[in-house]
Amino acid sequence: MVTQSSALIVKDLRKSYGDVKAVDGLDLEIRSGECFGLLGPNGAGKTTTIEICEGLLERDSGALELLGMTWEHDGNRLRERLGIQLQDTQLSDKLSVRETLELFRSFYKTGREVDEVIQLVQLEEKISARVGTLSGGQKQRLAIACALVGDPDLLFLDEPTTGLDPQSRRQLWALIEEFKATGRTILLTTHYMDEAERLCDRVAIVDHGHVIALGTPRELIDSIGATVPAPPPRPTTHTLEDVFVALTGRTLRDE
Amino acid sequence: MSERGFRETSLAQLTLVRFREFIRQPEAVFWTFVFPILLAVGLGLAFRSKAPDKPKIGIVSPTIGIASAPSIPQPVVSLRKDSSLSVEMFSDSAAARALRTGRVSLLVVAQGDGQVRYVYDSTRDESRTAKLLVDRAIQTGAGRTDPVHVTETKVTDKGSRYIDFVIPGLLGMNLMGSGIWGIGFAIVDQRGKRLLKRFMATPMSRAQYLLSFLLSRLFFLILEVVTLLGFGALVFGVPLRGSLVQLGVICLLSALSFSALGLLIASRAKTVEGVSGLMNLVMMPMWIFSGVFFSSSNFPSAVQPIIKILPLTSVNDALRANMLEGTQITALGIEMAVIMGWLVIGFVLALKLFRWR
Repeated sequence: MVTQSSALIVKDLRKSYGDVKAVDGLDLEIRSGECFGLLGPNGAGKTTTIEICEGLLERDSGALELLGMTWEHDGNRLRERLGIQLQDTQLSDKLSVRETLELFRSFYKTGREVDEVIQLVQLEEKISARVGTLSGGQKQRLAIACALVGDPDLLFLDEPTTGLDPQSRRQLWALIEEFKATGRTILLTTHYMDEAERLCDRVAIVDHGHVIALGTPRELIDSIGATVPAPPPRPTTHTLEDVFVALTGRTLRDE
Repeated sequence: MSERGFRETSLAQLTLVRFREFIRQPEAVFWTFVFPILLAVGLGLAFRSKAPDKPKIGIVSPTIGIASAPSIPQPVVSLRKDSSLSVEMFSDSAAARALRTGRVSLLVVAQGDGQVRYVYDSTRDESRTAKLLVDRAIQTGAGRTDPVHVTETKVTDKGSRYIDFVIPGLLGMNLMGSGIWGIGFAIVDQRGKRLLKRFMATPMSRAQYLLSFLLSRLFFLILEVVTLLGFGALVFGVPLRGSLVQLGVICLLSALSFSALGLLIASRAKTVEGVSGLMNLVMMPMWIFSGVFFSSSNFPSAVQPIIKILPLTSVNDALRANMLEGTQITALGIEMAVIMGWLVIGFVLALKLFRWR
């Protein structure tokens, strides 16, 4: 189990592509066991930041410590303990769900049983199906399963629910909450504020490559009260999505 | 943690993935295994050894069609008796057309005085052959004897037919195609799908990743070689005169050499479209110049040094020397050096340039 008080520490991180400063002096500290949301408009530097943290991109400068380790000294030990879901990965269409997970499982010295992870993401019925035949939601759950199969202490999720129907989205939320309940850490990016509000203990809002606001969702909402007039109160606390889910059911549509 | 079996190791899993992706792609199976055999069958039938066709000649004789003609001229009689010629009789007007359209290769015009005139195109091989045969038939028929006595020994040697030439060429072409396509395409496909990047975020060993491509390549190599050579030997009787072990070594090194080339081509390309063009650019000259379908010695001597450096030229030369002439691998120093050179340079450059994301 993780003993550090901080799972991830980022100090003055910088990364430029030519003249474009993608990350420009970004600071971040994520506590062990929390679900941390990185919010911000497209091009704010979220994905660049997360890929530097994942060891996939070199940083120009700044300090970076994950689970008490650094990429420079503990590269492979670190990879053993990170779970990663990238925004744009396409898993091989020709392989089955089980074969894909067996492949990813084989990369890790220790990890979870393939069957157990398949059960966790509710893909038992698709266990022998080719990845090419899965729906968007199923593919995304498989991607998360690949991130979980190494039994990580720190999970990176880059826009995990983008493009999913409400049922799949809620199912993924349940999955993330389950992972959090085991006391482990999550760094998540999303464009959905309701998602951040529901899942994240704390969020950072990033723009132009650095953090412009940080706190619990409640704190951020309260802080805005002084400067921005509140919208007229809504008649109920339900959202249109609640209606959609109430009418179409909570079960996943496996088209 | 319980001891994990070999099947759960990442090398085994990565290699299994290569097999699965290959056999689940029917078109890849077709191009690798079925196409070379279809090509061999087609070429074998088109260029099968058979007795050359009898030269077709036409005779134009003023007496044709006249039942009461007093006698047929002696040259015409001689020609009709000669079994090595296919003779047709013509009237004047039809004869010219038959020659023009290639229905006959030569016209023999019988003159009234017992002399003959040959009408033929001296630039056509079959016409010149016909002329020699016709002349011999007429002259010996008229009583000429050969001053020198000659004996003949006729041979039809296995190994000298076109199919014997082309099967090693097809094997070489196949080794090149599956090495370059099989490795290059799969890697660039994974890079394009950001799957390679995803792998890089796991503790996967890079060496095992590359090794899995070579291992699966070697497995398919055995199938390809056995299928094509087995087919050639059983159906067409293509000879395997050299040591089979040495043939295996040549195939193995050739396959590795082309794999290195495939890896090099794929080392930086980001899209399947981009790498396809690059592969064709690399393979096209070798299809033409390296002696797959016809001997590379047909090209001018000025370009021979360049042709000799191409890996497929050495592969084809080595395969033919082993299979058709039974040459020892130790006598194929230059060919093996070229193959090994591409292997080493290819791998070193590929590993230096390889983009792992």
